Amino acid sequence: MGIEMKKTDPQEVPESTGLKASAFEDPAAQLGEQETWADQVKKLVRQNKLAAFSAVLIVVIILMAVFAPLVSPYDPYAQALKDRLLAPSAAHWLGTDELGRDMLSRIIYGARISLTIGLVPTLISMVIGTILGLIAGYYGGKLDFAIMRLADVMLAFPSLLLAMVVMYTMGGGLVNIFIALSLVNWAGTARIVRAQTLSLKEAEYVEAARSIGVKSRTILLRHILPNCLPSLIVLFTLNIPSAILSESSLSFLGVGARPPSASWGLAVVRGKKYLFTEPWLSIAPSIAIMVIVMAFNFLGDGLRDVLDPYLKEQ
Amino acid sequence: MAEEKKRLKETEGSVLLEAENLVKEFPLANSRKGKQVVHAVSGVSLTIYEGETLALVGESGCGKSTLGRTLIRLLPATSGRLMFQGMEISSMKEKEFAPYRRQMQLIFQDPYASLNPRMNVKEIIAEPLTTYGMAKDKEDLERQVKELMKEVGIPVEFINRYPHQFSGGQRQRIGIARAIALRPKLIVCDEPVSALDVSIQSQVLNLLKDLQDQNQLTYLFISHDLSVVKFIADRVCVMFLGMMCEIGETEALYEKPFHPYTRFLLDAIPKADPKLRNEKKELLSGEIPSPVNPPSGCRFHTRCPYAKELCRQEIPAGKKIGERQVFCHFPLEG
Repeated sequence: MGIEMKKTDPQEVPESTGLKASAFEDPAAQLGEQETWADQVKKLVRQNKLAAFSAVLIVVIILMAVFAPLVSPYDPYAQALKDRLLAPSAAHWLGTDELGRDMLSRIIYGARISLTIGLVPTLISMVIGTILGLIAGYYGGKLDFAIMRLADVMLAFPSLLLAMVVMYTMGGGLVNIFIALSLVNWAGTARIVRAQTLSLKEAEYVEAARSIGVKSRTILLRHILPNCLPSLIVLFTLNIPSAILSESSLSFLGVGARPPSASWGLAVVRGKKYLFTEPWLSIAPSIAIMVIVMAFNFLGDGLRDVLDPYLKEQ
Repeated sequence: MAEEKKRLKETEGSVLLEAENLVKEFPLANSRKGKQVVHAVSGVSLTIYEGETLALVGESGCGKSTLGRTLIRLLPATSGRLMFQGMEISSMKEKEFAPYRRQMQLIFQDPYASLNPRMNVKEIIAEPLTTYGMAKDKEDLERQVKELMKEVGIPVEFINRYPHQFSGGQRQRIGIARAIALRPKLIVCDEPVSALDVSIQSQVLNLLKDLQDQNQLTYLFISHDLSVVKFIADRVCVMFLGMMCEIGETEALYEKPFHPYTRFLLDAIPKADPKLRNEKKELLSGEIPSPVNPPSGCRFHTRCPYAKELCRQEIPAGKKIGERQVFCHFPLEG
């Protein structure tokens, strides 16, 4: 019941006729500034069970990746040729690969790679995209034209193809995947941030800041960027799975992670040879990829419903 | 009313802001036929005296807000001169203008859009103070913010709240606190009460009046609500389609409008007395002409029942009738 009371929309605070504080003593107003984050999380759980479940799943996967040495039953790189290609059993839940390595352990370790790939290049590309988008949107003119045409060029290529070109020229390996994916994915973010900046810079509070004499850079950082943040968070959660998929695809195509890496994409392609005899070698990592990608997607969708500033406004 | 007159007399003569032949045109983005422009403000010359409230009235789209923003250089003027306390500010570079910018602040119409939803009251009111380094340290800043909150009647315990936790009237008070934080000389009030409930309007208007007395503020009060204007303004300037029609002292102007357009505006105020309602009113017909292709001559001639050939051809120059200035070839009186 107590929670029910607190859910009162703060916008319903009645207009006080006098100036006495007593007029504000209703539960919504009392809630004060605690409202924002905790309430949005509550709202997410209430509105979108799937997204909340995905969030929990992602946390579990992250914990699993962090504590991989403790969780995994075997050393993922230890070869035992006499145990090669074992079917799933009590000793090896997901069987063993062609070198006798435990698949479950390799998938647990693979989560580390997928999560790093999902987070780091996405973060880098979004920082680049946000900065360029803010500049293009706020200052406009030739700068805007130059940045956005560059973004168009990037978007005109299929991103996987572009990433492959980068990987071919620089060679495989994780660090190069980081660089390739960062370079490829900034354009989408730049476009979205530019569009938001264009509309936000016409906002009256931005005009107020200009009439005060606040510097452009401060206006961008203090007034415009924080109001882009909800979209950026949603975009971030939706960009993570595409980065994970890109890494898996690149590894599958042989220009990504190199053996003996535990990358899931690599595991799928190695299992391909045994698809008809030992299908679990391909299926298990595929399911892992699917689960993590879908979890991030569902979470992103749920966050969008909660955070989207355009849905939120009345 | 007597007080107002006194205030007006005391300060009479000291000019705060003077605009000479101010023009503001906006280029149309998608015009195929060469350069088409919106003539938002076309050659306005007016003087704002220190300590007065000058109201700017007119239908929506007549360029009131644009004029207000151009006067304080929030929008660059296309041409014309602006003098602030005798200094020409229209030709200054942005850096030179900076110390004058803080003398001129703005209060907005929409109290929902004019406050950043991600900043709390403290941050919003502190922004002008920190921009000019007016606080020694954090405690001093908070003390000043609280003082401003008291001044505009927001309980100080709400200092950490966010805009959405306030009602429209309170938000407008926060916007007012932000505008007076720098102790400016001139405040442009862009329809500050038209988005508020009627009961709240009078509170905010009274607050504005009190602040004016305490801080020797000068207001340029933009409004389309003539009863609000009558309450707050010392002088009124009537605008039509980017040009001035008439400017003069409020009471006299309401009593005896000289420009036909002013009379139509005043006649359009609904009367409270039912007996007066039977009187036949002449109401204005037609729409405001397009500001992209404004009519030749007097811009009001397409809707003016008294228009003659001269009105179609020549832009009327300002005529002085007493303290009043009228831009009409055939003013109703005098």
